[in-house]
Amino acid sequence: MTGDAVNESLLRELVPAVIGILVRRGADFASAEDAVQEALIRALDTWPGDPPRDPKAWLVAAAWRRFLDAARAEASRRGRELTVEAEPPAGPAPATDDTLRLYFLCAHPTLPQSSAVALTLRAVGGLTTRQIATAHLVPEATMAQRISRAKRRIAGLPLDQPGDLGTVLRVLYLVFNEGYGGDVDLAAEAIRLTRQLVALTDEPEVAGLLALMLLHHARRASRTGPGGRLVPLAEQDRSRWDTGLIAEGVTILQGALARDRLGEYQAQAAIAALHADARSACETDWVQIVEWYDELLLLTGSPVVRLNRAVAVGEADGPQAGLAALAGVDPGLPRYAAVTAYLHERAGDLQRAAELYAEAARAATSVPERDHLTREAARVRQLPHR
Amino acid sequence: MKYLLLKHYRGGPAHFVDYGSMDQWTPEEVDAHIQYMRDFAARLEETGEYVGEQALAPEGTFVRYDGEGRPPVTDGPFAETKDLIAGWMIIDVESWDRAVELAGELSAAPGPRGEPIHEWLEVRPFLTEPPTVTE
Repeated sequence: MTGDAVNESLLRELVPAVIGILVRRGADFASAEDAVQEALIRALDTWPGDPPRDPKAWLVAAAWRRFLDAARAEASRRGRELTVEAEPPAGPAPATDDTLRLYFLCAHPTLPQSSAVALTLRAVGGLTTRQIATAHLVPEATMAQRISRAKRRIAGLPLDQPGDLGTVLRVLYLVFNEGYGGDVDLAAEAIRLTRQLVALTDEPEVAGLLALMLLHHARRASRTGPGGRLVPLAEQDRSRWDTGLIAEGVTILQGALARDRLGEYQAQAAIAALHADARSACETDWVQIVEWYDELLLLTGSPVVRLNRAVAVGEADGPQAGLAALAGVDPGLPRYAAVTAYLHERAGDLQRAAELYAEAARAATSVPERDHLTREAARVRQLPHR
Repeated sequence: MKYLLLKHYRGGPAHFVDYGSMDQWTPEEVDAHIQYMRDFAARLEETGEYVGEQALAPEGTFVRYDGEGRPPVTDGPFAETKDLIAGWMIIDVESWDRAVELAGELSAAPGPRGEPIHEWLEVRPFLTEPPTVTE
């Protein structure tokens, strides 16, 4: 390693592999993960002044030492012999899918989602507890507790069983949607972890999720305006979209779709790709987007998909058709009022639209969304009534 | 000393000026108001007086214990609650006077035609930790 700056991303990439090595040497997952976290914090502290020649060997040695110290302390507390050899046995050749098993374990279906997110970020992503806590706006002690409770819950689960890929993907998508927080860019982190998962698996849905993330990420710069204002898709400055990410997302998506095993992430990515493909909002291929929403609805039956589909129908076949497509959608859904407001505005019922935008603002679940909808209500009230 | 600056949707003294709900303003007036709030928080961060802020959704529900083995009882939401908190900002300042000065500034956020809205804000001192030296 050269220079003063610790190559933090390299360090973090090593974390799951080092946990895997400790587990193969006989450590249980919970203790191994704790030991690697401590070694990681030590590395962040000392590497800038004293960079190791072999970062991975350093991390393995430091973590193993910490594991032994903790195991000895625990053994003497219980008055028992330490069963793990102080000298590590020459383990079997590193199993390449150690990391994949960690994904499954950390996102185990028995874990609450917030715990799965935290554990995945720490054990697979190599983030420190403090970084995870800052990103989620909770005290560090709270996050540490959440993580150790999660580890207790999965204690005793074998690392070598096939896991539930669907849960892993849900957890990664959740991380992606958490966006920024503190000094960690969670969206970028989710992309990194999903990229790694694509390399470890052979599932078109994993590729579909990666494509979906890349296509959304490509638009990130254009999604907020001056003062952090939310800019809706139709008004975004498309010249600010990252064409490199879009091209990569589309290529990955095409590869996945060619496998002919459609899933919800591929379908969502296809919709995102159609938006990315339009040079202006009015060139959007809404007819094809509606078709993809139909597929998505068949796959998920989700009321949120039904709601979003109504917007697409409104664009493809006119606002009345969009309003008709809302029939049977639960009005209690978040964004229901916002969608109805938009369709009424397009249908020319400005009075109703303004009232609905104001209602939507009251029901908004985030400050930027609330401000945006308040502004929409204000904008519609300014329009000359036809 | 820490103080809570409480913003109410409803409650407190009668409006000094009735500026109407924000969705009745022009979009530019809405933007200017939001920008003023952001600038205010940024300025307090620079002076080292900003602790945090939080906005709350208007709808809430009252909940109470209803005895062993029974689910909690809920009541509300109440459309006509007299006092409804919209959110807060926490500041850490030298004195009560400074807290009042800052609340006054925040209340001068612009509304329709760029006029200050003169919104009532409630200032509440935090109860502190007991002092280390007590005798």
